[in-house]
Amino acid sequence: MRAAAIFSRALAALPARAIEPVMRGAQNILGIKRMPWVFLFPNLAAVLFFSLLPVFINIFYSATGSDRLYPADRPYVGAANYETLFECGSYLDPSTCSRDLFWRALGNTLIFVPVQVAAMIGIALFTAICLNRDIRGRGFFRGIFFFPVMLSPVVVALTWQWILQRNGALNGLLTALGLTPVNWLVFPNSAFFWSVFVTVWAHMGFFTIILLAGLQSIPRDVYEAAKMDAANPWRVFTRITLPMLKPTLLVVFILCVIRSVQTFDELYVLTGGGPGSATILIVQYIYEIGFAIQPRNFGLAAAASLLLGAVLLVFTLIQLRLARGKSYD
Amino acid sequence: MTELTARTAQSSILQFLTRRRGRVRADWTDWLTYAYLFLGLAVMFAPVLWVVLSSFKAPVNLAEFPPTFLPYAAETVTVEGFDEPLSLYEVITEDGETRQLAQIRRVGLNAQMIDPANPEAGRLVVPVADAKPVRSILFTWQNYARLLSASGSDLWLFVYNSLFITIVATAITVIMNSMAAFALSKYRFKGNTLALIAILMTLMIPPTVVLVPIYLIVAQLGLVGNLWGVILPTVATPTGVFLLRQYMLTIPDELIEAARMDHASEWRIYWRIILPLSAPALAVVAIFSILSRWNDFLLPLVVLNRREVFTLQLALASFQDENQIHYDQLLAMTTLTALPLAFAFIFLQRYIASGIASTGIK
Repeated sequence: MRAAAIFSRALAALPARAIEPVMRGAQNILGIKRMPWVFLFPNLAAVLFFSLLPVFINIFYSATGSDRLYPADRPYVGAANYETLFECGSYLDPSTCSRDLFWRALGNTLIFVPVQVAAMIGIALFTAICLNRDIRGRGFFRGIFFFPVMLSPVVVALTWQWILQRNGALNGLLTALGLTPVNWLVFPNSAFFWSVFVTVWAHMGFFTIILLAGLQSIPRDVYEAAKMDAANPWRVFTRITLPMLKPTLLVVFILCVIRSVQTFDELYVLTGGGPGSATILIVQYIYEIGFAIQPRNFGLAAAASLLLGAVLLVFTLIQLRLARGKSYD
Repeated sequence: MTELTARTAQSSILQFLTRRRGRVRADWTDWLTYAYLFLGLAVMFAPVLWVVLSSFKAPVNLAEFPPTFLPYAAETVTVEGFDEPLSLYEVITEDGETRQLAQIRRVGLNAQMIDPANPEAGRLVVPVADAKPVRSILFTWQNYARLLSASGSDLWLFVYNSLFITIVATAITVIMNSMAAFALSKYRFKGNTLALIAILMTLMIPPTVVLVPIYLIVAQLGLVGNLWGVILPTVATPTGVFLLRQYMLTIPDELIEAARMDHASEWRIYWRIILPLSAPALAVVAIFSILSRWNDFLLPLVVLNRREVFTLQLALASFQDENQIHYDQLLAMTTLTALPLAFAFIFLQRYIASGIASTGIK
């Protein structure tokens, strides 16, 4: 309450005094009826400028060629960018494609997303169920599982790189157990495994919190009734917990897919997409082709972005539909 | 007597841990839960602890394999007649006893040593294989010192850049979002649904998808390599507007009516009535904004293309691009970058958790 009082006093003291006469003047000129538009204006302008307009620019870019940035310099090429992306001798062999990196990134993403989402939801669900039990130190353990969510992706990646490097802690541990050390990030399969592992490690807390809230909204007396009937824990889980958690699980699933498809930061620092192109995902491809590899190919990057956007749109629409009545009304 | 108290203490600790509401004893599922949670504790927390501990190790200690858990440093001793301090070794002599000797220098497989307790006894020649360095736990600040001296004022520049972006973007976000939320929750006007939809529609346009056009717009504004180039594209968060609007809907309209009676301007109503009453929701929006701006990576990577405008995250990631990775400085900087958030986390965990649970957004 005291914090609120301080906050209130701070607002009174802020230079907003300078804005007040301006806004009062606006109100006198425009009338009270138009004031909501004045309040909406900055946010709407930013939304139009940095979200809606970019979608159309993206469409324009994907239909034009050359490495020039400014729209006036870019010749119209129709669907050529998409054709280039999809130009392949055989769709099963990326090396026959004109843009083999795109196909490798696409292939990696198609493996990465299901594996990561399954691991993420499985582990987050198990953790949430454990944290929902009547145990000691619940707040502490919840904090432990949650804190990596707040770490920056760069910190997360560097932390694990330090552990997985050749002379790192993991190999030290293996040596102590009498096993042979492995150069984890040098081999494609192990690098891919650790990519999944590290991203799950970093983000599972986020989904655990949502699932935990879902679990806590299941009424206690349902479980009491199950106890009366002496139902075993597995039956309680499959017959009560899972069905009642289904709406939350669906939301978590969609959110998890949306974020998984967009994975970039951690892997860019952890593996850089390597070794070779073993862990390059679609967003990194967009970054590489549009910004890192010279000459910059904005057209291809925009085309790939729109394909990614189309996939995400489907999932977001499902999410909004699911969440309707829950938090989006 | 003491044994008895120890035993009761032990059993009461056990009881404390296993005591449960309604039931006296814990069953196997509880043990399984605890086993999992402690495994989780190790997997989640150990990596970070490891990095923090490593950042306090001297470079020699860092290069060791297998690595030591705690930072160690070789002990040195000053012996009369030698200007430099000599490193101390534990030596097993021929007759099987262990002595602590100071090494003067190494000659091939042997080392010249001297007894620091008795320097007059003269030099001893000891096979290197028989000598083990004496080490003690020592947390050293030298990695941090080297980071500061190597990056010079750059480090403070990165900190400043990160802080500037985080604070300015968050302030703009909170004010802009709350203004929009105020309009969308407290007025009935033509087009309010349309405006809400336009704002919420951006939920479907993740920044990764519009990276290229945002870069173009930022370039057109002449803001490439400028901190404002990463502030402006991020301020209109749809989630913030949504969260604040839902909260403001719960504020009774009578307050506003009463203020209008007193001839308060609309801005005054917003600033002096609605904002103070929305403090909890504003806090959530601010925390999320601070978190994501501080941790932002992709947009700064694209827009901030000069070292002078690097954020901490970019500077941290750029340690890798150089041919040789200076792990000592990298570890110190990783720790420093994660530190503010660790503190924030301790105080704000509840807010963040409730924010995520109620909206499903970060």
